[in-house]
Amino acid sequence: MDLGLFAQYTMNGLMLGMMYALVAVGFTLFFGVLDVIKFSHGDVLTVGSFTALATFVGLSALGLHSNWLALLAMLVVATLAMAFLGMLIARYLVMPLRSAPPLNTLLITLMLGTVLRECVRLFYPQGANPKPFPALLPRASVDIGEFNLRLDNVLMLSAGVLVIVGLQYLLNRTKLGLAIRAVAQDEETARTMGINFTGIVLITFALGSGLAAFAGVMNGLYYNEINFGIGLYLGVIGFAAAIIGGLGSIYGAILGGFLFAGLQTVGTVLLPFASAYKDVFAFAVVIAIMAWRPTGLIREKISERV
Amino acid sequence: MTDSNSKMPAGMAPGLIALGLATAYLVALLGAEKQAVIISLLVLGIGAVVGAAWLGLFDRVSRSFADHEDALGGSAIVAALALAAYFHEDHFVLLLVVTVLLTSVATLGLNVQFGYAGVLNFAGASFFGVGAYTSAVLNAYTSVPHLIVLPIGGVIAALIGSMLLLPVLRTRGHYAAVVTIAFALLFKTFLEVNDVLGGPQGMQVKGMNILGWSFNDNIEAGGITISFYMGYFLLSLALLIAAFVLVRRLERSWIGLNLDALRLDETAASCFGLDITRWKITAFLIGNFLIGIAGALFGMVGGFVGPNNYTFADSLILVSILLLGGIGNPWGLVVATFIVVVVPEKLQTIQEYRFLLYALMVIGVLLFRPEGLLPRPVRRYFPRWRP
Repeated sequence: MDLGLFAQYTMNGLMLGMMYALVAVGFTLFFGVLDVIKFSHGDVLTVGSFTALATFVGLSALGLHSNWLALLAMLVVATLAMAFLGMLIARYLVMPLRSAPPLNTLLITLMLGTVLRECVRLFYPQGANPKPFPALLPRASVDIGEFNLRLDNVLMLSAGVLVIVGLQYLLNRTKLGLAIRAVAQDEETARTMGINFTGIVLITFALGSGLAAFAGVMNGLYYNEINFGIGLYLGVIGFAAAIIGGLGSIYGAILGGFLFAGLQTVGTVLLPFASAYKDVFAFAVVIAIMAWRPTGLIREKISERV
Repeated sequence: MTDSNSKMPAGMAPGLIALGLATAYLVALLGAEKQAVIISLLVLGIGAVVGAAWLGLFDRVSRSFADHEDALGGSAIVAALALAAYFHEDHFVLLLVVTVLLTSVATLGLNVQFGYAGVLNFAGASFFGVGAYTSAVLNAYTSVPHLIVLPIGGVIAALIGSMLLLPVLRTRGHYAAVVTIAFALLFKTFLEVNDVLGGPQGMQVKGMNILGWSFNDNIEAGGITISFYMGYFLLSLALLIAAFVLVRRLERSWIGLNLDALRLDETAASCFGLDITRWKITAFLIGNFLIGIAGALFGMVGGFVGPNNYTFADSLILVSILLLGGIGNPWGLVVATFIVVVVPEKLQTIQEYRFLLYALMVIGVLLFRPEGLLPRPVRRYFPRWRP
């Protein structure tokens, strides 16, 4: 394979990996503080990207034509709205069920995901059809040999890197991050140290859901199209990515996201029936990974298996 | 329990009365055409159920069912036959009843996996689809007798399910759930891109034909026209009875006891020498087999299979039925299937919103009544024994 094509695939893989990583980080954060898997995470992403789209439509109707301002407004509105939604879900659906069997949490978040997905499908105007997502980033591109380097991809990738670096800083260098890590490590000790447990859990859910909204906007900008099913798709892959990296570890989730995207890209390139079966291949990889390493490449802190 | 009669065997009367009322109600509901009538009937039904629950009548009915299960089961079959006889020329109603019967078979299969062994399966509709596609392909390209196609559909569903065995066995809880969810998504995308199986357009399925008797022709007998769905109805009813008896026997036998132990505490069960892997495999395969058979027959009934009938949302509907009916209670399942399948078909306004409504309903059930509408009774170790 020539170098240009290789660079092209690498770029696509990196973009995919960034989105998967952002979703996976959410799963891992939630699992860290509450030891639950929130299956509605992917659908929060869908709602986030539709919120962003609605914001754009609203702003255009008001006569705003600056792409940058629109994008900024979309990001802020979607992220804040989803952060709030995440807090609501945590407060009223996940936390009350802490003492119930884990199966109930699983089912309730799964059903909540369906509720969100169906709400988008039924109540967003023509939500059942794929929606065009505005291309707000500059579309300039440079040709390096066969490799077409697009400015919007570079911008998105750098924004993603910034978000991850920011998250890293927040978790490792601030008092809030210390509190989140403390709760993740040992709830009771954290409480005795005067940490407001409920508050930290809510903030963590807000953080994870905000990241999902960011990933949703990124997904929309990358494909220029969104539909009500993207969240389910990205959710399952994000969860698998979080598992590859070992649930509970942030680095693992990011690594898992990129690893998964890498596998998917390599699979698409090498397999003969290529692109038509791209999604089938992705889910087959999810299943295969679960069979091969049920607790991830990097082991969980405390293995669930007896 | 304050009831002084609780140690006495309950009479058959409460069960029979409940069955009679339910049949009469169903005849009225299925026969109703006007939306206003249907809505008032539904309100009446909900009112009656709430009232009966408040008066404590359900307890007597369920005890009556527990003590005279065989006799009341027989009466239920008679009631189903009477229902079908009443609607003998109404294609739509019979199709609806057939859908209920076959969905019940599928949820019984899911019940073995989920309710007894505790093996999660969020790809129920996919395995149902495997059965349906099997009958589509076999009926189109081979001359395998159609009655034999049904068990083949079950076997194929079990075989394809066994590809998931390794990941399902090695994982549990949330992880196993994700394996089956991934399979449900994989299955649908696979059907959409696979040209051999018709792609997004799906395939036509040839109708059932037993020894020259084509099920897709109306039956003329003595001047009465009987809908062609009657044949499918009888076959589906036979299938449901067989599946029901199988599942009940399984539950009562030592196999069921092993599965219960496995679900409640895997570690303890393996300490007592139960082979966890073996029983999980057994439950998963039996469940998939039942789902596959039901799917194979349903493919022939509908005459058409397409990727959009077997989505993840449909799998979640099957799981909703299980939760609403009370996990592990076959009688509750059949009742819940009736509610879940019939109500949106009759009440056209909510048809579009059914996934949303059922998801909300399940959230409500999980929050306020986690054991389901008709909870599974405590296992009876001896006849007439009551805890």
